[in-house]
Amino acid sequence: MSEPTKAQTLSAAGGGGPSRRGIPGLGSLGGVGEMRHLGLLGALALLVVVGLVTRPENFATASNLVSILSLAATIGVITVGATFVIIGGGIDLSVGAVMALASVWATTVATQSYGPVTMAICAMLVGTGAGLVNGLLIAYGRLVPFIATLAMLVAARGLAQRMSDRKTQIIDADNTAVVELSTTRVLGIPLLVYIFALVVVLGWVVLNRTTFGRRTYAVGGNPEAARLAGIDVRRHTMLLYALSGLCCGIAAILIMARTTTGSSTHGDLYELDAIAAVIIGGTLLTGGRGTIMGSILGLLIFTLITNLFILNGLNTSDQLIAKGLIIVAAVLLQRRNLKERAP
Amino acid sequence: MLVMKGIVKQFPGVRALDGVDLDVRAGEVHCLLGQNGAGKSTLIKVLAGVHQPDAGTIAFNDAEVRPGSPIDAIRLGFATIYQELDLVDGLSVAENIFLGHEHARFGFVNRAAARRAAREVLERLGHGEISPSAEVGRLSPAAKQVVSMARALSHDARLIIMDEPSAALAHDEVANLFRIIRELTAQGVAVVYISHRLEEIREIGDRVTVLKDGRTVAVGLSARDTPTSQIVSLMTGRNVEYVFPAKADRAPGDEVLRVEGLSSPGVFSDVSFTVRAGEIVGLAGLVGSGRSEILEAVYGARPATGRVVLDGQEVRRSVVGTVRHGMGLAPEERKAQALLLDQSVTANITLGSLPGFARFGWLDRKHEREEAKRLAEMLDIRPPDPERPIRTLSGGNQQKAVLARWLLGSRKLLLLDEPTRGVDVGARAELYAVIRNLAEEGIGVLLVSSEVPEVLGLADRVLVLREGTVIHEGDAAGLDEHGVLDMIMNGRAA
Repeated sequence: MSEPTKAQTLSAAGGGGPSRRGIPGLGSLGGVGEMRHLGLLGALALLVVVGLVTRPENFATASNLVSILSLAATIGVITVGATFVIIGGGIDLSVGAVMALASVWATTVATQSYGPVTMAICAMLVGTGAGLVNGLLIAYGRLVPFIATLAMLVAARGLAQRMSDRKTQIIDADNTAVVELSTTRVLGIPLLVYIFALVVVLGWVVLNRTTFGRRTYAVGGNPEAARLAGIDVRRHTMLLYALSGLCCGIAAILIMARTTTGSSTHGDLYELDAIAAVIIGGTLLTGGRGTIMGSILGLLIFTLITNLFILNGLNTSDQLIAKGLIIVAAVLLQRRNLKERAP
Repeated sequence: MLVMKGIVKQFPGVRALDGVDLDVRAGEVHCLLGQNGAGKSTLIKVLAGVHQPDAGTIAFNDAEVRPGSPIDAIRLGFATIYQELDLVDGLSVAENIFLGHEHARFGFVNRAAARRAAREVLERLGHGEISPSAEVGRLSPAAKQVVSMARALSHDARLIIMDEPSAALAHDEVANLFRIIRELTAQGVAVVYISHRLEEIREIGDRVTVLKDGRTVAVGLSARDTPTSQIVSLMTGRNVEYVFPAKADRAPGDEVLRVEGLSSPGVFSDVSFTVRAGEIVGLAGLVGSGRSEILEAVYGARPATGRVVLDGQEVRRSVVGTVRHGMGLAPEERKAQALLLDQSVTANITLGSLPGFARFGWLDRKHEREEAKRLAEMLDIRPPDPERPIRTLSGGNQQKAVLARWLLGSRKLLLLDEPTRGVDVGARAELYAVIRNLAEEGIGVLLVSSEVPEVLGLADRVLVLREGTVIHEGDAAGLDEHGVLDMIMNGRAA
């Protein structure tokens, strides 16, 4: 007897929330997403112009561009993992701490004695393991993602401090192969930037061309529909956090290469930068929609701002204020775009 | 006391109320009857200020009123007790009763005064034993009902609207509910009472108004003396003509599904039935009779005891398992439970059988698009572009896409829950034909609908459910709408 009213509530719910359309990477649906990327590219171009005008002598130099990309690489890898988790309807606050833990574990005296390859594998295993714990707690322990990963943030940081005795662990002379990821250049670009690019490409492929990616959109967009369509939502949720952990492990290798150390202080507040980049890139925090490319563009915008502030010798506090404003502006602009496109 | 005239309420695509008249006198229990979709809930929401009518007048104590919001309605003295109780579980009884009109001064709640006042109201309802400081979430359904009623009284309501108040109550609790209603009416309060149980209406009601398809078809019948057959025929005999495809002329094939002793405490008990290949079996019953829940239990989406055997094999009781075994469900709430609204028609169709389109996890998108296109053509999904976002399609075409999802892979059994909800009349006929064609191809179909004519017109065999048990099973050909409604409402097996 409540048919018409139910239909009404449904349509009201559909129209009241942010209306979502178009998944880039799903064939012809890409239109809206490409438009959104155009906006991000425009913002990026604007920042480049600002750089060229204010510091013509040292903005467009090869060394500056390389330093921007190196800076972006570490958080960039984390951002790829965070994009998966957020499209899948979750959140991972533990990324910075897990990266720190992985860097510490991979640089202990014991691990270092096995050589650089083992160090890299160790970092990835630690990251994946921590992510798996997050995933188990969230998917099977039914903890809210925010809380489970907040607990992991605190605990991983603590474990990293305990293992390292709060000391910075320097990579010893036998294992300089790790550091060479940052110092060796191919075509003038450090290897770690290539690793970042590889992770981005792989992330895009997995998200857009595999069943795993399709299920990620389904689980984040409508978990009940995904469940009733026979998708193992819990298992998939767990895997998403493990994937995010793996990305943290890879990021740990990159930061070890850049700083030649493993430290419990690495990656402080990286979670905020990664989430901010994902949001600026147009991924909905409620899940079900988003792109890897958007997140990377969002991250580049963030990194470019940092770079411009440093080049112009401006206050880092002002830099933070600017970043805060950009997050708000990006979200407001996206919402306006969505409204215009709403049916 | 209350006179509603010519109330019209239009929603996108459906005219929920199309000229309803209602006249309620002070101190009476006025019963509102009608089938699912007749407009009862919408009418209540108009009175509660949730919906504003597009046309018509409401007069209360000879003055025209226009409840523009729930607060307006409460100020007028209208209190509504909804089917699903709208209490805040985490708050105390007293806090719930005075929610929105707290005993407060400068924003500080006077808790002692609230508790005293709450106790008074509860005692007036004959339930002094409910502690005003108890947490509502821990109370029984019957006690919650009393709290809802206490809230209505705390507003000094002159007109109380009760939407299926007895649905959540046990038998002796219903008696207590009736006692409270009689006390209220003795004080001159008017009660609008909605129930599907005719025997209750005979017991507590004074007069009856019958709604059908958004119109009033009978006003002020005597609740006690009007014969059941008259009431039922007023509720049925609809204007909309349904076009059903011809039923199967050949005998159904082998047994596809066997359900034995399926039970879920408090929802349904000891349900057993079979579905054969090429057969459409319909479940008829009211909301709350357990019909959707049985479907979910068969599908593995709801825990239950008992055996579910598909094609001779007992299935693992999880959706992942039943889908792998060849079941598919088109759920009741299409948008909330079935669709990925952001995604293309193709992505929605292939969601249930992604592994079939992938090698080592790598999607073959060309194959995906081809299959989606083939199904879109077969089911005549319009517009015929499977790359469109599914949210741009009409309800009927969205429903076809949900059906298409389960035509991929080798499905043996389709579970359809309200397949034509929110679908316009023309598209319904098409859906009926599609469903019949599926059965012709040898798929077993288990169908749930709140519309009795739909179940009778489409199904080969019908199970009638009432309060979680099967009270009748038989060929659809041997049943008519009248008889089924009679069974559903009176609990009499024909």
